[in-house]
Amino acid sequence: MRYLPHTKEDIESMLQITGHKTLENLFDSIPQNLKTNTGINIPDSLSEWDLNSHMIELASKNIPNKNYKYFIGAGSYDHYIPSIIPYLISRSEFMTAYTPYQPEIGQGTLQGIYEFQTMVAQLLGMDIATASHYDGGTALAEAALISLRTHKTANTVAVSNLVHPSHRQIIQTYLRPTQFKMVQIPSTKDGKTDLKALKSMDDLAGICVQSPNFFGNIEDFKQVRQICTDKNALMIASFTEALSYGLLKNPGGFGADIVAGEGQSLGISKSFGGPGLGLLTGTQKQMRNLPGRLVGKTKDINGKRGYVLTLATREQHIRREKATSNICSNNGLCAMTAGIYLATTGKIGIRKIAQLNHDKAIYLQNSLKEVGFIPAFNTPFFNEFVMKVPKGFKTKRNALAKKQSIFAGIDLEPFYPELKNHYLFCATETISKEDIDHLAKEVTS
Amino acid sequence: MTNKPGIGGLKFNESEVWDRSKKGRCAISLPKSDVKESRLDNSLIGDVPDLPQLSELDVVRHYTHLSQWNFGIDSGMYPLGSCTMKYNPKTNEIQANRQGFAAAHPFCGDQFSQGALKLMHTLETFLAHITGFDAVTVQPAAGAHGELTGMLMIHKYHEKNGRQRSKIIIPDTAHGTNPASASLCGYDSVKVSSGPNGILEPDAIAAVMDEDTAGIMITNPNTLGLFENNIKKITDIVHAKGGLVYGDGANMNAIMGVVKPGEIGIDVLHLNLHKTFSTPHGGGGPGAGPVAVNKILEPFLPVPRIVKETTKDKETYKFITHSPDTIGRMHTFYGHFGVLVRAYSYILSLGGKGLCDVSKLAVLNANYIKEKLKGTLNLPYDLPCMHECVFNDRIQKEFGITTMDMAKRLLDYGFHPPTIYFPLVVDGAFMVEPTETESKESIDQFIDAVESIAKEAKTNPEILKSAPHITKVTRLDEVTAARKPCLKG
Repeated sequence: MRYLPHTKEDIESMLQITGHKTLENLFDSIPQNLKTNTGINIPDSLSEWDLNSHMIELASKNIPNKNYKYFIGAGSYDHYIPSIIPYLISRSEFMTAYTPYQPEIGQGTLQGIYEFQTMVAQLLGMDIATASHYDGGTALAEAALISLRTHKTANTVAVSNLVHPSHRQIIQTYLRPTQFKMVQIPSTKDGKTDLKALKSMDDLAGICVQSPNFFGNIEDFKQVRQICTDKNALMIASFTEALSYGLLKNPGGFGADIVAGEGQSLGISKSFGGPGLGLLTGTQKQMRNLPGRLVGKTKDINGKRGYVLTLATREQHIRREKATSNICSNNGLCAMTAGIYLATTGKIGIRKIAQLNHDKAIYLQNSLKEVGFIPAFNTPFFNEFVMKVPKGFKTKRNALAKKQSIFAGIDLEPFYPELKNHYLFCATETISKEDIDHLAKEVTS
Repeated sequence: MTNKPGIGGLKFNESEVWDRSKKGRCAISLPKSDVKESRLDNSLIGDVPDLPQLSELDVVRHYTHLSQWNFGIDSGMYPLGSCTMKYNPKTNEIQANRQGFAAAHPFCGDQFSQGALKLMHTLETFLAHITGFDAVTVQPAAGAHGELTGMLMIHKYHEKNGRQRSKIIIPDTAHGTNPASASLCGYDSVKVSSGPNGILEPDAIAAVMDEDTAGIMITNPNTLGLFENNIKKITDIVHAKGGLVYGDGANMNAIMGVVKPGEIGIDVLHLNLHKTFSTPHGGGGPGAGPVAVNKILEPFLPVPRIVKETTKDKETYKFITHSPDTIGRMHTFYGHFGVLVRAYSYILSLGGKGLCDVSKLAVLNANYIKEKLKGTLNLPYDLPCMHECVFNDRIQKEFGITTMDMAKRLLDYGFHPPTIYFPLVVDGAFMVEPTETESKESIDQFIDAVESIAKEAKTNPEILKSAPHITKVTRLDEVTAARKPCLKG
C-alpha cells in the first residue's frame, strides 16, 4: 500500500528495538478476551484507477447531466466560484495544517483567518466575527444559547417560523436537555415574521429573525430592534444567503446584538449541503460570550507583526465543563475560502454580483408569472421567492430534473403544510436569460 | 545533527490584504448581465461593504505568501499527539471535487441523490464493521459535535426510561471537549483519577458510580497512549447501575482490526474522520465526527437517517426524517458530505486488511520512538504504548529548560512539535504520535533532532530559550493579545 512506507526490513529492525517478535505482539498488553476475532469485513484495497471508475459511477448517479441548472436555493446556493479559489485553497500548507497551536509556523492560517474575521465583520456590519462554526444552523443555535445563558432571568428564545426549518430544528435539539425553551413567532400573509405576535410573549432572552427569510423576503429589522429593546431581549439576526448583504442594509446597521448565518455562498461548493460555513458575529459587548475560535493581532518578541488564537479562556481546553461551548474547531478551510472569495470579488464585485442575483430573480418571477404561476407574496425579496404553481407542475418538474438535470423550485408543503402547491424558486448569477426562457417554455408545454 | 529538514529559505513579507487595495480593481470575472436591472427600494439598499479592491494576481500572491508561512503534513513530520496527523491522500481530493459530488444540491430529492445516499449509507456500514456497532450516523460535523450527539442520545435514553440523571464520570486524562459536551446536556462532571499505571481502576469507578450517574465518558486507548485494560470491568460496573458508556474514538487509529469498541461494552462512540480516516485538517476544520451506537441507542440517532430498500431488481436509498425517539437534527443538511467522500475513498483504497496494517504500523512507530527516546526524555509511564507516547521535561528542568523550549527549538529543526502540556495529568507533557505514514527514516531524523536538542539543553540552553530562530515570526505576545484583543483590521 502506497501510503504505508515500511519495508519488511524496516519492520524487522524496528521490532528488534521495541522487543517484539511480530507486529501482532505489539498488542500483547491487551487482554485476549477484549480482542476481536471478527476481522474487518470491508473489500480488498482498490487501485487508484479502480477507485476512479467507482467514484465516477457514483457521482454520475447524482447529476447525470453536466449542464445542470438549479432554480433552487433554500440554504444552499449555486454561485460562480472563480478558478483561483480552488487553486489557492488546495495549497497543501493550508489544507494539511492542524489548528495553529504553534503560531510561529501557522501565520498563514492565522493571518488569513484574521482577514476573514475583518471582512465578515464588514459585510455584516458587526464589531467581531469568530473564526467560524460548522454551519449556519449550528452557529444560530450557539447564538440562541448565548442569549439564554447571559440573560439574568428569561428562559425563552423566540424564533421566527420563517427561519430556515433545519435551523429551528437544530435549536430545538440543542435546547432539549436544558431548562430553556424555544417559541416560534408566526408569519403574516405577506410572507414576513408577524412581529405583532411578540407583544404577547414574555420571558424572552433573545428574538431571532432571518432576513432574507426562508421565503426569500426581506424582513423589517428596524422594527425587530425596537421590540428587542422594549422586551430587553438580545436581537439575533440570521441569514442563509450571505451575498444578499452585498446589496441589502446589513443587520449590524440596524443594531443587531448577534448575527449568525450560513456563508456557503462565499466561494464554497454546495457539496450536498456540507461542509458549509457557520458565521457567528457579535457586538463588542458580546466578545467574551461568543463561543468558538478567535484570532487576534499581536507582536513577537522582536516587535514583528503576528497573529495568535486568543481569548482561549472561554474555550473547552482551558475551561473544560465551564466553557462557553464544547466547540474545539472551526470550519477553517471554508473560512479561508470565504476570505479569498471576499478579497477576490472585492468592493466592486460584491455589489455587482448581488445586484445581478436580484435582477435574475425578478426576471425569473416575471417569466413564471407569464405562464400562469402566481406570486405568493407581494414583498421585496433578494434572489428567492415563493410561487403558487399551476396544476400538473409537479410531474413536469420531475421530468425536467430527470431528463435535463434542471431543478425548478422546492416544494414547500413538507415544511409548511398550509402551502400546498407552493414552490420556493431561486435564481443566481449562474442562471442566464436563456435558461429562464427555456424553463418557462418547458413548464408550459 | 547535520541533516535537518528545516533550513532558512526564502520568506516573503506580506501586508494585510487591504493594504494591497487600490480603488477601481476587481479580481472576479463578472458574469454578463443579460436581463434588465431591477432596483430594490432605496430604503432596503445598504452601503457597499468596504472590501479590498485587488487584481487577480494580487490575490494569488497574497495567499501564496501566506501559505508559505504555514507548516502542513506535506511540509514535514507532524507528530502532534492525539491529533493523528497522517498523510492526506491526494486522490481523495480528486474524488470529492467531482462535479457529481461537489455540485450536488442538498434539496434535489432522494431520487436525484442516489450516488450521495449510497456513499453515505455504505460509509456508515464500513464504520459499523470497523467499530463493532449496530448503527452509525455520519451527520455530526466534528469530533466535539459527535460527542454532543452521543451525550444527547444518552440524555434522551435516560429521559425515555423515566428518570433523568444528573452526573457523568469523566477521567482526568480526558479531552476538554468531554466535560464541555456533558455540560451542554446539563450533566455535572465527576472527575476520576487514573491509577499508578496510567489507566483507570475499576474500584475508582465503583466508588463514584451510582443511580444518579448517567454513565461514563472514556477514551480508549487513553490520552497517555495506553490501552484501558480494565474496560470490560468498568463497563460492567456502569451498566449494573443503569448507566451507559460513552467512548471517545479519537484514538481509533491504534486498534483497527484488534479491538472493536462495540464488542467490549461501549454503548456509543464517536470517530474523527480527520484523524483515523485521513481527511485533511484544513488548519482547524472541516472534519467529521460520525457516531456509532449499539441496538439500545439506535432509536435515538439524529434525523435524517438513510435507509436502503432492496427490491428484486434494484436498490434504492432514502432519507427518513421522522423517527419517534430521535434526539432531532444536528446539522442543517446531512453533515460534512465532502469530508465523507474523502474518508470513503480512503477506506476503499486501504481495504479491510490495509486498515489493520495501519494500526499495527502506527503502534510500531510509537513504540519505536518510545524505546529510542526514553533516557533522553523522561518517560513517566514506561509501559507498552499504543499509537502515541507521552514524555515530559523532568530531565531538562535541571538546566532550566521546559517542554515549551524544546517544542519551539524543534521548529528550527524543521519539525512540527508534538502536543505539549496535554494530557494534564503529566506535568510538562510532550506527547508524540508519529502515525503509520511516517517512514523509519523520517522518524530516525526526528529522534536525532530531539537528541540533539537535549544536548543543547545542557550545553547551550539559551538557544532553546530564545527559539525559534528561523521561522517567519518568533514567540508571540499572547498575553497582550488576550488583554487588549485586536480581532479585526
